[in-house]
Amino acid sequence: MRAPGTSTGTGVTPDTGDAELGTPRATGSPDSEGASSPGAAEDLLAGYRAPAVRHLLSVADLGRDGILEIMRLSDAFAEVAERPIPKVPALRGRTVATVFMEPSTRTRLSFETAAKRLSADVMTFTVATSASVKGESLRDTVETIDAMGIDAMVIRHHASGAPLRVTDWVGASVINAGDGTHEHPTQALLDCYTIREALTARRDGEVPADLRGLRIAIVGDIKHSRVARSDVLAFAALGAEVVLVAPPTLLPASLEGWPVSATGDLDSTIGDLDVIYLLRIQSERLGEVLLPSLDEYHWRYGLTRARADALKPDALIMHPGPMIRGVEISPEVADMPASLVTRQVRNGVVVRMAVLFHLLGSGVM
Amino acid sequence: MARGNPVTQVGEIVLRGGTLVDETGERRGDVLVRDGRIAAVEEAIDVPEGATVLDAGGCYVGPGLVDLHAHLREPGGEVAETVESGSRAAALGGYTAVVAMPNTEPAIDSAAVARDVLALGEAALGEIAVAGAITVGRRGERLVPMAELAALGVRLFTDDGRGVQHGGLMRRALEYASGLGVVLAEHCEDLQLAAGGHMNEGAWSSRLGIAGQPALAEEVMLARDLALARLTGAPMHFLHLSTAGAVEMIRRAKTDGLAVTAEVTPHHLALCDAAVASYDPVYKVNPPLRTASDVAALRAGVANGTIDAIATDHAPHAPERKEEPFDEAPAGMLGLETAFAVAYSALCASSAQADGGADQGWVPREGGTAMSMTDLFALLSWQPARIAGLDRDRRRGQVSLGAQGGPLRSGGAANLTVFDPSVEWVVDPSHLASRSRNSPYGGRRLTGKVRHTVFAGEIVVRDGVAQR
Repeated sequence: MRAPGTSTGTGVTPDTGDAELGTPRATGSPDSEGASSPGAAEDLLAGYRAPAVRHLLSVADLGRDGILEIMRLSDAFAEVAERPIPKVPALRGRTVATVFMEPSTRTRLSFETAAKRLSADVMTFTVATSASVKGESLRDTVETIDAMGIDAMVIRHHASGAPLRVTDWVGASVINAGDGTHEHPTQALLDCYTIREALTARRDGEVPADLRGLRIAIVGDIKHSRVARSDVLAFAALGAEVVLVAPPTLLPASLEGWPVSATGDLDSTIGDLDVIYLLRIQSERLGEVLLPSLDEYHWRYGLTRARADALKPDALIMHPGPMIRGVEISPEVADMPASLVTRQVRNGVVVRMAVLFHLLGSGVM
Repeated sequence: MARGNPVTQVGEIVLRGGTLVDETGERRGDVLVRDGRIAAVEEAIDVPEGATVLDAGGCYVGPGLVDLHAHLREPGGEVAETVESGSRAAALGGYTAVVAMPNTEPAIDSAAVARDVLALGEAALGEIAVAGAITVGRRGERLVPMAELAALGVRLFTDDGRGVQHGGLMRRALEYASGLGVVLAEHCEDLQLAAGGHMNEGAWSSRLGIAGQPALAEEVMLARDLALARLTGAPMHFLHLSTAGAVEMIRRAKTDGLAVTAEVTPHHLALCDAAVASYDPVYKVNPPLRTASDVAALRAGVANGTIDAIATDHAPHAPERKEEPFDEAPAGMLGLETAFAVAYSALCASSAQADGGADQGWVPREGGTAMSMTDLFALLSWQPARIAGLDRDRRRGQVSLGAQGGPLRSGGAANLTVFDPSVEWVVDPSHLASRSRNSPYGGRRLTGKVRHTVFAGEIVVRDGVAQR
């Protein structure tokens, strides 16, 4: 971990008593709802040892143990999120840069909110304001940002593998916020957390060890989906049975080594599912002759009312957003209670707090 | 001196103590070079007074290597390579002749551009032959003036970098070329099937989320061209074949008696698509690195004679272009300086020599017998020399050009390579003579290195150092 600056080294900056940044342990309001055990987050996070991994590029970087670690940290930060002042000083003095070479307001805001709730300083670099439109190379761009003194770089790029390349050029921890059609690991983590949370609620607060026993279908454009690649790794690492549902044109050329089964027939499997995870269908796929029409896709794979009725009563419906109502999901289904879409967005902040803390945290609370 | 423009005068040279390799096989011997020619080949030669002795002890002395396929980037791409820098890289790799590909800017599609490149080649460290484009501007629309180019000595024609997509046009090109004594060389890639893929389509592309280019894109165009070769009877050469299916199609075509030849590259003989897991565009090349079983099929193809030549497809790109993300960076790898060592390491050396093993994409050699040095030299020297029409003494204007590819006998042209099979070395791209750095072997350990290169009687590389 690089030292961001002389006066902001870990553990040496005294608490300023700043009301907003005041340590929750000192000011923790006993009456805050949901904080059943005030200070639980601090107990868990104090003395936290940063892992050997410096970067989060793929779910594979975490493995099963790492994913479960992020789940536990997320529990702690979820508690923080319920406080009147949902902010902790864990990353005070640290700087997180978001570098988005592809437009994505949602993911960027989620990361920036997470960083701010950890009291990190945030730098934003987006294509709209970027030097890349002036012809600057990715390497020069990230080296310049890194030289300003940052601890983490959250990068979204339209090319698969770009974050891995960036690790060769910068000293900061690199977090993949979605690269091309490769991976989107924090999405998978928040998906795992969201499923785990729903199971916990169903079991009267008993937290499941993992996702064993669940049959999860990922439906849609697997071939071009970085969410699917990360979700497959994460769901399988936690013991779930994963089935990919798509026409052959939207499956990867090879599933060799993927811990999944695949089918083109949603209706044959829909009654067995515990989770149905819908992916967005982009209209570009029509021009690539991968689909005849969006209507045909909806007819074959859309989560219609009839298909929703065929699901098990307690099956969960998920979508990484943005949803195209009328294509992958019917409007009335999107708003059903079984739909966890809003929960996914909310958990995104909590899980990204956990990821930032996991990579940068040093136990300073 | 045999060449019209001698840069340095050299006296007699004795290459002493090596094992001689040429089409007749291997034997111990010394070689005396005088006035650009081999003056004597004997088991032991007394060194004449004033002669330069090149130590070949422990080495193989063979005819200079001939590369059918190098992108020297001049004119238009001088930031990445020039004829001079490329020829220096070639000489360091043991080459005494290189066929410059025509995908320059402008393309080599007219006598004027061909003459320019040939003129640049006169000061090079080896013979520079040029290939002409098949179509004007390589646009796949109109034929270049093939007869006029053939009169300048152009023997190979190709739109390399892109296949001729239009089957009807390719048929007419083959028909027109018949009787001109030229060979059309195809870059087999159906662009519709390749679909903009950046690596081999398969398990790795699926996992890495990189658009794949299927083996089929190569094989479909190869099938079309073999049918056209059968129809027209015109000779064809197939560039950088990379798939097991393509090797099998060439084998059958030769069994059927078609006048076809084929080359593979050193990188397709050594590396597989697992290397792309690093997302380093140094591993981006077209055709893409294929699977380990394709690599095995290519190795079998060069061993059993289906494949005629190993050609580098040396493709320099400026460093900043190779720092772009994988799917934006240009395709191509350096090859001239490492080709012999890579081929030797992949086909002959007794163990898997490159660092890292399969996880870095190097395909270890499993069992099988090591290729003989005679067979390796055949693939790198006299067989490509024949395909390129460089295997006899020629005149180009005022310039005399000695035959390439041997054999090593008194009176033959003194184009020679001395290869030391015992050296293990780690490739450092920053020490290559090319203007570019995009070698996929950076940091890898290779076995075997070129010690000396003699071109037209001049020592152009001595003890691994270019002499000019």
